[in-house]
Amino acid sequence: MSDQPRVSQAQLAAELRAFIDPDYVITDNETMKPYECDGMSMYCEMPLLVVLPETVAQVQQVMQVCHRYQVPVVARGAGTGLSAGAMPHADGVVLSLAKFNRILEIDPLARTARLQPGVRNQAISEAAAQYGLYYGPDPSSQIACTIGGNVAENSGGVHCLKYGLTVHNVLSVELITVEGERVTLGSDGLDVCGMDLLALATGSEGLLGIVTEVQVRLLPVPERARVVLAGFDSVQKAGDAVGGIIAHGIIPGGLEMMDSHAIIAADDFAGAGYPREAKALLLCEVDGTEEEVEEHIEQAETLFRELGATSVRTSRSEQERALLWKGRKSAFPAVGRISPDYYCMDGTIPRSQLAFVLTEMERLSQEYDLRVANVFHAGDGNLHPLILFDANVPGEFERTEAFGSRILQLCVEVGGCITGEHGVGVEKIRQMAIQFNDLELAQFHAVKAAFDPPGILNPGKGVPTLRFCQEYRSLEHKCQQHAVEADHD
Amino acid sequence: MTDRSEQLLEQVLAAKAAGQPLRIVGGNSKAFLGRQADAETQDLNVGEHRGIVDYNPVELVLTARAGTPLREIEAALAEHGQALHFEPPHFGDSDTLGGTLAANLSGPARPWSGSVRDQVLGIRLINGNGEHLRFGGQVMKNVAGYDVSRLQAGALGTLGVMTEISLKVMPRPAASLTLVREMSAQQAIQQMNARAAEPKPLTAACWQGGRMYLRLAGAQSAVEATAAKWGGEVLEQADGFWRSLQDQQLDYFKGEAPLWRFSVRANAALAPLPGAWLLDWAGAQRWYRGDAEQPQLEQLAREAGGQVSLFRGGDRSGEVMHHQPQALAGLQTRMKQAFDPHGLFNPGRLYSWL
Repeated sequence: MSDQPRVSQAQLAAELRAFIDPDYVITDNETMKPYECDGMSMYCEMPLLVVLPETVAQVQQVMQVCHRYQVPVVARGAGTGLSAGAMPHADGVVLSLAKFNRILEIDPLARTARLQPGVRNQAISEAAAQYGLYYGPDPSSQIACTIGGNVAENSGGVHCLKYGLTVHNVLSVELITVEGERVTLGSDGLDVCGMDLLALATGSEGLLGIVTEVQVRLLPVPERARVVLAGFDSVQKAGDAVGGIIAHGIIPGGLEMMDSHAIIAADDFAGAGYPREAKALLLCEVDGTEEEVEEHIEQAETLFRELGATSVRTSRSEQERALLWKGRKSAFPAVGRISPDYYCMDGTIPRSQLAFVLTEMERLSQEYDLRVANVFHAGDGNLHPLILFDANVPGEFERTEAFGSRILQLCVEVGGCITGEHGVGVEKIRQMAIQFNDLELAQFHAVKAAFDPPGILNPGKGVPTLRFCQEYRSLEHKCQQHAVEADHD
Repeated sequence: MTDRSEQLLEQVLAAKAAGQPLRIVGGNSKAFLGRQADAETQDLNVGEHRGIVDYNPVELVLTARAGTPLREIEAALAEHGQALHFEPPHFGDSDTLGGTLAANLSGPARPWSGSVRDQVLGIRLINGNGEHLRFGGQVMKNVAGYDVSRLQAGALGTLGVMTEISLKVMPRPAASLTLVREMSAQQAIQQMNARAAEPKPLTAACWQGGRMYLRLAGAQSAVEATAAKWGGEVLEQADGFWRSLQDQQLDYFKGEAPLWRFSVRANAALAPLPGAWLLDWAGAQRWYRGDAEQPQLEQLAREAGGQVSLFRGGDRSGEVMHHQPQALAGLQTRMKQAFDPHGLFNPGRLYSWL
């Protein structure tokens, strides 16, 4: 791609307005302003223009025009992403799928739903509820985030251990290629012949194509769900208890851990009655048939006590279950109340490394002089450290980013990864060089080029250029050398 | 427990230098799958690259070399009360983990427990440039980079040589029980799907020979209560029945007649064909034996929202996989070039043009 745009904003807008309602081709800065960032608001950029097509044919035409002029295209759903994956390109188009908000069909017998990409995650379960069905993956942003964005990010949620990620719950997607062609990946069946392009497209962060329709699997709503809350006087014991439950053969619907900072912040915010003196708290939800839940809840309570829980409480009603979850679900805003800003990380680690990683993080917290609170999808090893900072203090965000980078490096060192569910986007593009070597990154570029030869789909996201990686690695190396030298001073 | 990855890498580099196409072989139990290769190939034996590399039951994750026999993995898991929940078929004694993933083969539990593709967390792969690469990892959530691991499922080794695979494993259910009822195939399609929409511990649903089989598995109390509610004859030696279905050892699968596999919408009406059907996965996977023309079967599969392939037997010199629309064929050709630019791996095994 050349550095100079091949078409002016005015000319591009005129071409798009030839087949799209002129009001939905936005070129003025004031109306474009809300599109300058997604949920990761530290990263902003104004686009060349914003376009909101209303039909799949229009999306195809937009792609054809952009392909002809080699204009970058950044697809956008609800803009709730947490890695700046939907941050605009300065010379590119933001292609909003906001108009595609219809549930096309629910087949209650086959237990599937056909959706336009702009349908909100929670709206799927709401519409399926009349058939006793729901959609499994439930990211924290489920009120607002859309299924198209979920496919782009392979979103998870708190029930992944038992019910899987987006990739496990999608049957097919309709994808518009960079040339504007319409292809279907997957089918109404559970698999198709040949290489699994559907899996490849899921989590590809808008780098391989534009998703214009999604077919998902629906699950029967469990008869019963109960949650056990257990407090522990050490993180180690709580971590061992997680292993204990799983070794016992129980796969909880949800299994969440919070550290002492998060417990207190969440309890202040939600009044959930959490054990405030505990160093770690586990929320273990068991779902299934009435009989199964009774059997497993009893076993879980006993196990937690045997494994050193200082307090154990089980929900006796739906209201109590909702209250116990409220603390966890409001952990982010709760932490937002005790600090002007917070930065949410998203590493994944093998569960056995939890105590080590948390201890190390506490040490780093002192080194960087920044507080950190931890919420953790304990069932699947996905950590969400929240680094507390004040963006108005000069240099504090930079220090926060450096701290965050060290946390991700730590996750990789213990056998984990830099992102469990938020995606790489712009935010974690530097850390890709920690997790992958140059040959692996080159293979990713080859995959990208197979789908997008001119490289206009969401450029600059997801996979770093190799030169960039070399510079980053040598910079890191220098930084570490400096740190070592400083230690010796 | 042998690490043969260095030798495998050398063999791939030598093949690249000589322009010699390779046939990737693990346990050689699935030689019947895919097309007859057109090109003269040399065997690349992954079967000796075997052994469990890492298994920590509490993490629910197992890593093994691609040539590790499924039996070895299943025995190691059983010691800790765990299992491969996708119930991989065994077509002999030598089936390997790598072959199972390359062919994306899963058994009766697949609609409820996921497929082998669903359980994969990471792989190591030698690509056609002779580079040994690592994708994914050993953790359940990982969205860094493209999902190259799951891309391999169904690729029949056309994108590279998998050398190591990490996957999620699960505890075995505490109790299990199978209910049987006589009914027609069309009734069974309706019934199996209706039962699957109930929040009960259903883990397999098939129809064969005029009988519908539903397997319940999970906590003892839940299995018993559901069986009492649903009713039906309780099948004796049910484990043996499901094992025979999983490994295609039922009488239905015997003989030389071509075996077609339909992967379609679970509740699609039964296609009007004269031969014999076996319905699995609550209707989403349908086996067919009988005279038929491929274009007609493909048309019927499309009408049922899915695809059909010639799984075993028949003429394997033409296409055995469902014909691909032009745009998809183009993407797959480009993907092949991205991983295997010199066309070394399993040429013509998946499609004549790949």
